[in-house]
Amino acid sequence: MNYLKTLFNGIVKENPTFVLLLGMCPTLGTTSSAINGMSMGLATMFVLICSNVVISLLKNLIPDKVHIPIYIVIVATFVTVVQMCMEAYLPDLYATLGLFIPLIVVNCIVLGRAEAFAAKNNPLASLMDGIGIGLGFTIALTLLGSIREFLGKGCVFNTSIFPEQYGMLLFVLAPGAFIALGYLIAIVNKITKKS
Amino acid sequence: MNNLIVSPAPHVHTSNTVTKTMLNVIIALLPALVVAVIYFGMGALIVTGISVVSCVLFEYLINKFLLKKACTIGDLSAVVTGLLLAFNLPANLPWWIIVIGALVAIGIGKMTFGGLGNNPFNPALVGRVFLLISFPVQMTTWPVPQGFATKYIDAVTAATPLSAFNEGATEMPSYLDLLLGHVGGSFGEVSALALIIGGIYLLARKVITWHIPVSIILTVAVFSCILWLCDNTYMDPLTHLLAGGLMLGAIFMATDYATSPMTHMGQIIYGVLIGIIVVVIRTWGAYPEGMSFAILIMNAVTPLLNHYCRPRRFGENPKK
Repeated sequence: MNYLKTLFNGIVKENPTFVLLLGMCPTLGTTSSAINGMSMGLATMFVLICSNVVISLLKNLIPDKVHIPIYIVIVATFVTVVQMCMEAYLPDLYATLGLFIPLIVVNCIVLGRAEAFAAKNNPLASLMDGIGIGLGFTIALTLLGSIREFLGKGCVFNTSIFPEQYGMLLFVLAPGAFIALGYLIAIVNKITKKS
Repeated sequence: MNNLIVSPAPHVHTSNTVTKTMLNVIIALLPALVVAVIYFGMGALIVTGISVVSCVLFEYLINKFLLKKACTIGDLSAVVTGLLLAFNLPANLPWWIIVIGALVAIGIGKMTFGGLGNNPFNPALVGRVFLLISFPVQMTTWPVPQGFATKYIDAVTAATPLSAFNEGATEMPSYLDLLLGHVGGSFGEVSALALIIGGIYLLARKVITWHIPVSIILTVAVFSCILWLCDNTYMDPLTHLLAGGLMLGAIFMATDYATSPMTHMGQIIYGVLIGIIVVVIRTWGAYPEGMSFAILIMNAVTPLLNHYCRPRRFGENPKK
């Protein structure tokens, strides 16, 4: 029951994008389309789950004085795994996401959950936290990516909804990311504060 | 309670209201509209009509259904936003793009921040820049100024003086054409003369002060003159002043109360920086015209200018 609570905590109550406002750089940088946003979310989720579990297992062995460098090494290991797998099997996606994949190392969600949750809780709870926060991040990025792709190009997941010439190009570009994210957060606040 | 403003004495009562100020701005914009109709015909009127009506309508709908506040369309500020937005558009723009522009101007540029007076950026410019980036093809397809035409969509297109220069054209329109407005471009910006007449009216009615427009115009003149004297291939200062949206921006958009600095010192710094940014964008930037970008950038700096240009309080020691 408690584990389930941890899981849903990450998706709704402590959604990293809409509530904690962490990891804004990949959120704004990679959500130019729904598929890009979702891939970025899934890649981060994989790293988050693995690093949470490993750090939680090793928490008694890691000396306090050097815990941040050790977390970074652990996170970087999994990021390298993701990066190499993606480069090998999904070269197109790798080319689009580019620098944002290695940048997962310094993603504040990953390091933040390691510091705030995994270092204090048992591996199973950390696993649930990783899945929850990761899902929350993926959902947020997919939603933002879909909205931007819909408004900008008239399609979602490359499925055309209205002709592309009516799309507002601004939403595919950087300013559109800020505008769409701002309104999404406003809507989420409106809904969550009501209930 | 919204009418209660607490400020230190002495208080001076005037009959001035937001509505009256906005009405004066609308009157000042009329000469430019007349010139636009003479050169671009019904297209200019239709674009203006769609823009104004949709701006007012969006403000009404957002107030009524989203914010659930008292209706504010009576202060005419939405009409001014609609007019200014329309003046920044080509006279043959498809109607749905104008409606999107009005929604962005009123919805994102103004009402999101809490309505008139709270908006950090000029709403009309937010709308225009949004459209310029979103629909680059339609927004830079200008109809030829061919005298009064009754058709809405003209197939023939013309370049603006600035975009022609940017692409390396050697034959520029004469200064008289630039002054009167017989050139391609957004229909409200073509005639420098009509805009200056409107500006003089605003100055005479004390709606604006001279600080912002004069500092922008002088800076552009001086800066472009220096460039031109150094290298004759740069655009000459008079074309800089008369072409593009400079006059419209300097007189009507940069002087927007909510988005420009409050003190005269701040206004002059604001104007000088707008002038420098315009010339820099026009000379080295990717876009041929940079007036809207320059004003938006300086809108963002306005709170900072207000902070550093605060008037000295009576009895305060300036050396401290």
